[in-house]
Amino acid sequence: MRVPASAIRFTHTFGLGGMALVLVLLLAFTGILMMFTYEPSPERAWQSIVSFQQEVLFGRLIRGVHHWSANLLIAVAVLHLLRVFLTGGFHGRRRSNWLIGLGSLFCILLSGFTGYLLPWDQTAYWAVTICTEMLGQVPGIGLGLQHAVIGGTEIGTATIINFYALHVAVTPLTLFGLLIWHFWQIRMAGGVVLPGASVEDSPDAYRTVPLAPDLLLREGVVTLVLIAIVLVIAIAFGAPLGDPANAGISPNPTKAPWYFLGLQELLIHFDATFAVMIIPLLVVAALVAIPYLPYGAELSGDWFLTPKGRRMAVVATVTALLFVPLWVFIDERVIGPGGWLPGAAAVISNGLIPFAILSAAVTGFYMSVRKYFVATINEAVQTLFVLLFVSFAVLTATGVWFRGAGMSLVWPWQM
Amino acid sequence: MADVDRRRRSFLARMMRVLGGVAIVEAGWIAVSALLPRRHKSPLMSGPGVIVAGPVERFEPGSVTAFADGKFYLARLEDGSFLAVHRKCTHLGCSVPWNADEQRFACPCHASAFDIRGDVVNAPAPRPLDIFPVAIENGIVKVDTGQLIRRKAFESSQVVRV
Repeated sequence: MRVPASAIRFTHTFGLGGMALVLVLLLAFTGILMMFTYEPSPERAWQSIVSFQQEVLFGRLIRGVHHWSANLLIAVAVLHLLRVFLTGGFHGRRRSNWLIGLGSLFCILLSGFTGYLLPWDQTAYWAVTICTEMLGQVPGIGLGLQHAVIGGTEIGTATIINFYALHVAVTPLTLFGLLIWHFWQIRMAGGVVLPGASVEDSPDAYRTVPLAPDLLLREGVVTLVLIAIVLVIAIAFGAPLGDPANAGISPNPTKAPWYFLGLQELLIHFDATFAVMIIPLLVVAALVAIPYLPYGAELSGDWFLTPKGRRMAVVATVTALLFVPLWVFIDERVIGPGGWLPGAAAVISNGLIPFAILSAAVTGFYMSVRKYFVATINEAVQTLFVLLFVSFAVLTATGVWFRGAGMSLVWPWQM
Repeated sequence: MADVDRRRRSFLARMMRVLGGVAIVEAGWIAVSALLPRRHKSPLMSGPGVIVAGPVERFEPGSVTAFADGKFYLARLEDGSFLAVHRKCTHLGCSVPWNADEQRFACPCHASAFDIRGDVVNAPAPRPLDIFPVAIENGIVKVDTGQLIRRKAFESSQVVRV
């Protein structure tokens, strides 16, 4: 079997999909090893992890590999989504595979979140409290959802059993099913998207090379380097385990897992109706809609589609990097908790008004960039995606590095 | 003959699809029921119920006493009346400690603050701290931790006088 030489260049995909698979397998292996010792109950969970780390051969290392693989997997999966999007790999036959990929990402996030609670230390307990309370703030059905997820009105025995079942059975099985489907679809689409105009003049353009050893060797190198990196990080930093959960004392500050901190940051700036319902629903709807928008042509293959697309993406990135921190600062220090129209209901003052302002700003940006660059729909949609992606990344970074005691804005070195 | 055969087959094929649909609905129903909150009162799930806080004289007016078992604070207001305030912040569920110097419950998570009556002094908390019903029988203060009461604002009807 032969593959196009241009498709297996490392910088074409950065091997992100392959890396994600390696991490999933590492997680399955280390996860199963931990299942032999772990006891899912509020009374025993924390202690069982301490015993695993102290009494099982390489226990600390196994848990470290699991912890770091999980965190890396979320980053790698998001970067993989970004790669597929920025090389236009979601047209035609690949449409449904984009959706399968989104489903897999959801499973990965759910896995990460359900696994977060299991150590039952202070960080775990309070991060899950924050996240399930955010769920509870969804108007109407929120409270019912929250109580279903935690199996009652308080986080306790039922919660840890629910999360354990989801973490060790439901999400991994679903994820494996989705991944097999994902790979099958890539195969049916004839492999990864092929580079287009950028390689036309190079000798690689129409050359094919044997799958074994050319592609396998590259995947093998990526796998081994990745495993080495995970091992080094796991040995150097291990997996954190704080004091056992105490329902009476909240740590200050209390933060969600890092991948939900963008959402927690949104909740600081918006009323719950917008922060945990309308905005997330719009984001999910937009992600699902991406392959089905009325593009003029199925532009794909090269990073950022075209040189123009690349310049536009730079403009979007710079705009988001300047504007979002400014917005965060102004909303926090100038506008304050009263919102944009103090006295009005929070859903208007802290919801509708800032949401309308931001929507208008984003629409204005989209129109003017499209006009200025005389861009195709593909390039314009890509620019919008980059703008929103970088904005969310900035919000996440704000939550991780710039929120100190009482979630007030601080510099990272003051934390 | 062939026609009857074909009709028979399409009937059977349709029945298989219907039965398959029923099976999926049943399996889904069972799965959803398994996830619903356990409503029955198993010893693990239920709280401690009615907590006997102690005789009225033990609590100074203007003081707040923590009851960790019941997850509440018993507040005795300046006028001598009682209020049992749930310790969970109404914003994102953190436990609020009582700060006696500043006379307020200060949430460590997002800087919400509540006064001794549980009323919001500082956003982002959307509503006052929830309360539990208090009863005073023969000079003994009792708190029913089985019923959590949500409220929109503090009202004098919420306190219990001696």
